[in-house]
Amino acid sequence: MTLRFYAVAYLIFLYAPIALLPIFAFNDGTIIAFPLQGFTTQWFGELRTTPALHEAVKNSLIIAVSSAVIATLLGICAARAGQMETFPGKGGVIGFIMLPLVLPEIIVAVSLLVVIVRVMGLPLGNWTIILAHVLICMPFCIAVLNGAFAGLDKSMEEAAMDLGQSRWGAFRLVTLPLIAPGIVSSLLISFTISLDEFIIAFFLSGNSPTMPVYIWGLLRFPEKLPVVMALGTILVALSIVLLTIAETMRRRGLRRAGLKDTGGFL
Amino acid sequence: MNELIRLRGIHKFYGDFHALKGINLTIRKGEFFSLLGPSGCGKTTLLRTIAGFEDPTEGTLSIDGRDMRRVPANERPTNMVFQSYAIFPHLSVAENVGFGLRKDPRSKDEKTRAVGRALEMVGLAGYGTRRATALSGGQRQRVALARALILEPKVLLLDEPLSALDKKMREQMQVELIRLQRHVGITFILVTHDQEEALVMSDRIAVMFEGEIGQLADPETLYRRPVSKKVASFIGMMNFLDGRVTAEGPSIAVEVAGLGRCEVPAEQAPGGISAGAITVGIRPETLAILYEGETTDRRVVDGVVDEVVYYGDMTYYDVRVDGVEKPLTISMKNLIGRPVLDVGAATRVVWDARSLVLLAG
Ligand SMILES: Nc1ncnc2c1ncn2[C@@H]1O[C@H](COP(=O)(O)OP(=O)(O)O)[C@@H](O)[C@H]1O
Ligand SMILES: [Mg+2]
Repeated sequence: MTLRFYAVAYLIFLYAPIALLPIFAFNDGTIIAFPLQGFTTQWFGELRTTPALHEAVKNSLIIAVSSAVIATLLGICAARAGQMETFPGKGGVIGFIMLPLVLPEIIVAVSLLVVIVRVMGLPLGNWTIILAHVLICMPFCIAVLNGAFAGLDKSMEEAAMDLGQSRWGAFRLVTLPLIAPGIVSSLLISFTISLDEFIIAFFLSGNSPTMPVYIWGLLRFPEKLPVVMALGTILVALSIVLLTIAETMRRRGLRRAGLKDTGGFL
Repeated sequence: MNELIRLRGIHKFYGDFHALKGINLTIRKGEFFSLLGPSGCGKTTLLRTIAGFEDPTEGTLSIDGRDMRRVPANERPTNMVFQSYAIFPHLSVAENVGFGLRKDPRSKDEKTRAVGRALEMVGLAGYGTRRATALSGGQRQRVALARALILEPKVLLLDEPLSALDKKMREQMQVELIRLQRHVGITFILVTHDQEEALVMSDRIAVMFEGEIGQLADPETLYRRPVSKKVASFIGMMNFLDGRVTAEGPSIAVEVAGLGRCEVPAEQAPGGISAGAITVGIRPETLAILYEGETTDRRVVDGVVDEVVYYGDMTYYDVRVDGVEKPLTISMKNLIGRPVLDVGAATRVVWDARSLVLLAG
């Protein structure tokens, strides 16, 4: 009973600030404090008339979509390979791919920065962030896709080949449709991770920041705080929608394969 | 003899594990052939080798005179019914059955008609638009059959196709499979660990143990003339008694422990024997209990009922006989005027030298 009380208190403590976001996003006052001053949509309006923000959002979307697609494609290959009985160095390779899960992002950011700028002498840009985001998204993609592949009867692909299809044909006509929910789920999760990632984007963005970096920049101007709140509200809503879709797809995939649910991210 | 598949010296290693140990086999056109053996003996491995999903480490395989080395599964004249059926869950029944026709140059209408015919053949006419996942186990099995047969393969490979069905359904499908095989005339190779299933369905059976073929014969020969103790105990029930060969020749003189001396023709030692200690096999149904008032001109030995197992139509008795190590199992039809005996009842057992099988070791 007491344990449950602590758990609830803890959750409130964690999530209360998020609940405050929409409250102050609609509050008619520049100071983030109670009592509330009245209802306004002024801050959302201001979002629309800030070109720098639009640029940042565009960067973020380019990066998030590219990272999601690349990480998911690589994830499909890796998860498919992981399903094979064995290949040389299988354990090591899979472990290596999952490593970013425990690697601090700041390490990834700094080491990539050093390699790209110092060693290779290349300019920073969206592509450098994409590179790093693919790295940190991969473990999540693989976790989701492994689940999708594990639920797959191994004889499905063989049956398709037995019925005249090539290896690729069997994969395209049978495996791919069956893991489609997992692919959608993987795309959405990595999109979400990339979209609100800050540390790497902060270190590796060139002249044109991503949205989280832009928001961080805004924080220096107290009068801009409500605008940040408005932006944050939109982001939280978007994240919740995307993750819900991702989880729904993952569960549908399991059901389609006739499997019991064994976890997931939500 | 019309040979279709020829396997010569097939070996398969998984790492250090020797899964197939030199399989030599010839399978004829149009026959219902079974690979029978305990779980893990390599039946599936052998079937998958024929299908092209496993490469033999050594040895040659040819189908219809064509060497199958480096011929991938999708180019072999074989089709397979998988143990899990592997029905594609995202496709309808008709799309499943028509899957193999994707590369077929025929028109769409003709393909639709072919699918209809295939479904009709397995008794699923009108099920085409259903979702494959909405079918029962028996229906999935039929879809898998139709899907494989629509390509008119030279060989249909079936990996324990009936093991997932309940007893009633299984017996019904056995009959249907036999009928289907006669109808299409395609060579069927069935993998099973169920000896009864193999006996009921097959023209010929290869019994496998640990990667080797123990005996290859038609069901009756396999049952009546097993070549080894292993085969004899795997197929049906068999009493094993100690014996000793006292004279060899076209007629073999044997001293059977507990039963006495007798002469049997050499063909009752199908595996070959040598002088000295042997094992004598007797099937339970070739022994009989002599009831009060019955007479026989066959040989009789005294015994005591040790255990009674009642099956309704049959009763199995374990009867202890002096000089025989384990009680003899005897099966008796429960005919009118034959009361079921009680444990401990003194009885007489009828036996016949013509039903003995002499086995080495
Ligand atoms: N891919 C594989 N890797 C390693 N061992 C295998 C593989 N496939 C089968 N085996 C082994 O080979 C033996 C025969 O397997 P299998 O042909 O499936 O037997 P059966 O179908 O008669 O039950 C088993 O001991 C099994 O563990
Ligand atoms: Mg098997």
